[in-house]
Amino acid sequence: MNSTIDTHIPDEMGFYGEFGGAFIPELLHPNVEELKTVYSNLKNDSSFKSDFLKLLSDYVGRPTPLYRSEKLSIEFGCEVYLKREDLNHTGAHKINNALGQILLAKKMGKVEIIAETGAGQHGVATATACALMGLRCKVFMGEIDIERQAPNVARMQFLGAEVIPAVSGSRTLKDATNEAIRYWINNPNSYYLIGSVVGPHPYPQIVADFQSIISEEIKKQLFEATGNMNPTKVIACVGGGSNAAGAFYHFYDQPEVELIAVEAAGLGLGSGKSAATSILGKPGVLHGSKTILMQNEFGQVTEPYSISAGLDYPGIGPLHAHSITTGRTIGVSVTDNEALEAAKSLSKNEGIIPALESAHALAALSKITLNSTDVVVVNLSGRGDKDMATYINHFTV
Amino acid sequence: MNPFIKNHKQKSIFVTAGYPKLDSLAGQIKLLEKYNIDFIEIGIPFSDPLADGPTIQKTSEVAIKNGMNLPLLFEQLAKIKTETPLVLMGYLNPVLTYGIEKFVSSCKDCGIASVILPDLSFEIYARFYKSIFDQYQLPISFLITPQTETERIEKMVTQCKESFIYLVSDNSTTGTDSEMNLNECRLKSIYALMDNTPLMIGFGIKTKSDIEKVHQFADGAIIGSAYLRALEVGTENAFLEQL
Ligand SMILES: Cc1ncc(COP(=O)(O)O)c(C=O)c1O
Repeated sequence: MNSTIDTHIPDEMGFYGEFGGAFIPELLHPNVEELKTVYSNLKNDSSFKSDFLKLLSDYVGRPTPLYRSEKLSIEFGCEVYLKREDLNHTGAHKINNALGQILLAKKMGKVEIIAETGAGQHGVATATACALMGLRCKVFMGEIDIERQAPNVARMQFLGAEVIPAVSGSRTLKDATNEAIRYWINNPNSYYLIGSVVGPHPYPQIVADFQSIISEEIKKQLFEATGNMNPTKVIACVGGGSNAAGAFYHFYDQPEVELIAVEAAGLGLGSGKSAATSILGKPGVLHGSKTILMQNEFGQVTEPYSISAGLDYPGIGPLHAHSITTGRTIGVSVTDNEALEAAKSLSKNEGIIPALESAHALAALSKITLNSTDVVVVNLSGRGDKDMATYINHFTV
Repeated sequence: MNPFIKNHKQKSIFVTAGYPKLDSLAGQIKLLEKYNIDFIEIGIPFSDPLADGPTIQKTSEVAIKNGMNLPLLFEQLAKIKTETPLVLMGYLNPVLTYGIEKFVSSCKDCGIASVILPDLSFEIYARFYKSIFDQYQLPISFLITPQTETERIEKMVTQCKESFIYLVSDNSTTGTDSEMNLNECRLKSIYALMDNTPLMIGFGIKTKSDIEKVHQFADGAIIGSAYLRALEVGTENAFLEQL
């Protein structure tokens, strides 16, 4: 019952405390069971691990640097490091998970891969992994996101993937996920390559495991830089929560490391246009797991809003729902404008254009109390190329 | 006594509560009774119906827009007098938000014969919710597919002695266009596992001949999307007539 130690390990049925599990129609039971069996066999298989690590080093370019930002350190009066996930091949942390799962799919003999995407980063990562492995790829994307993330749509198509517009419901990430799951029900031989620590067990665990390379590297790199493996704080943005799960993973059992999850407040928490799930949500079941969910008083899922398509999701991973509820992780929220300013400032001062999602994590530096003994790692989950239209639009008009 | 009858060829219709109009349910039940429908499934609309195809997605969306929700549904049900067994079917989230114990007790108060919660697995039910259903003696019904393992079917059969097992005819979301695809051999072996628990088949049943086929292997056939499509264009009487 030690929640600090066990926060990140689900029980046999996939529950992190009261959250998680596999709330799936019977139609998906065989698929999910197959995945569970295959993954538990491969998880500790040394050749599977070495295949994965080899791809991460030779293809993705890992380890990504842990960069000490002089300017941010001066500005905040403490040590500020950036974990440069933006320097991964395809420009975000999403590729870590996509490659891990594509190896799983290969082992399972799958020939068709399906995925959902919001900002398009996970779609691009999946399309890339499929191109590499010669597998057929279908990416479901909300019609509205297709419009606002056009460059990533073009990238996916150029990589050979088929992008299928989700036209049901609110036509964003939530609905793309519904459509992917429906397709999976109708085509049980396809492999569903989920993009975050969400969905039915064992997905949250699988995705967290593949992303945990982020904190594994942080530990080593911080030790080399400072002689101490543990920072005082780790900050990461949370859409579904995969980059946060990866950045927090090896620190969950280190109680002295504060874990800060940053959600998108959109136009403000009270504005009705927000995606700050852990603050505005209540326990509920969506996309196969019990989590904290934005919903109305009758249990209908409500439409989140954020300027960042990757954070525009009404739930969070069950691991985060649990660790925020128990207080192990602290939830912070950042508005569109605060994120935009943080993106501009990092671009001007450090020559790094961050993704809008990652800019939320950066903006959190101004929202928490820091003192001179702090050593802070901000997970810079992705680069901002895909967001240039938004940045230009915001800062020139 | 189980209101779903073993060895009696039954016909059932699924309607979404609050569709096409907010207060359509009472009239729908009357109509279905008139056509001797043996039991009625009432869908609780949800914003994100994962296992449903476009027809039920659309009726759910319309029903939510009309203002349907669980408290209102129970209010409507409390006023409906019928001899026909009613089954509530819905995704878990609105039920959890309403409160699981309150839901089970409201079902009892309204004379609901059984409930189907498609995204609640047998295993999670057994771990978290069975005790509440047992306390109020509300029998749940579980979905199975031709792929469900024998062992699990046997456990569900025991659990559903006072209700029924709902066999999904095909690996698909509801309301597909394809021909109904029944593997006779597998169906016979599934039926052999049923003991005294009735077996109903649904998903993709559209016509009288589909129903006749289903009746060779099961105790009842459940029609959803095909009826809702008729209801949408106002041909529900003709549809029921030809069943
Ligand atoms: C750069 C970047 N960061 C973060 C996210 C949010 O996802 P997650 O919370 O799973 O890390 C996304 C999603 O598209 C992304 O592209």
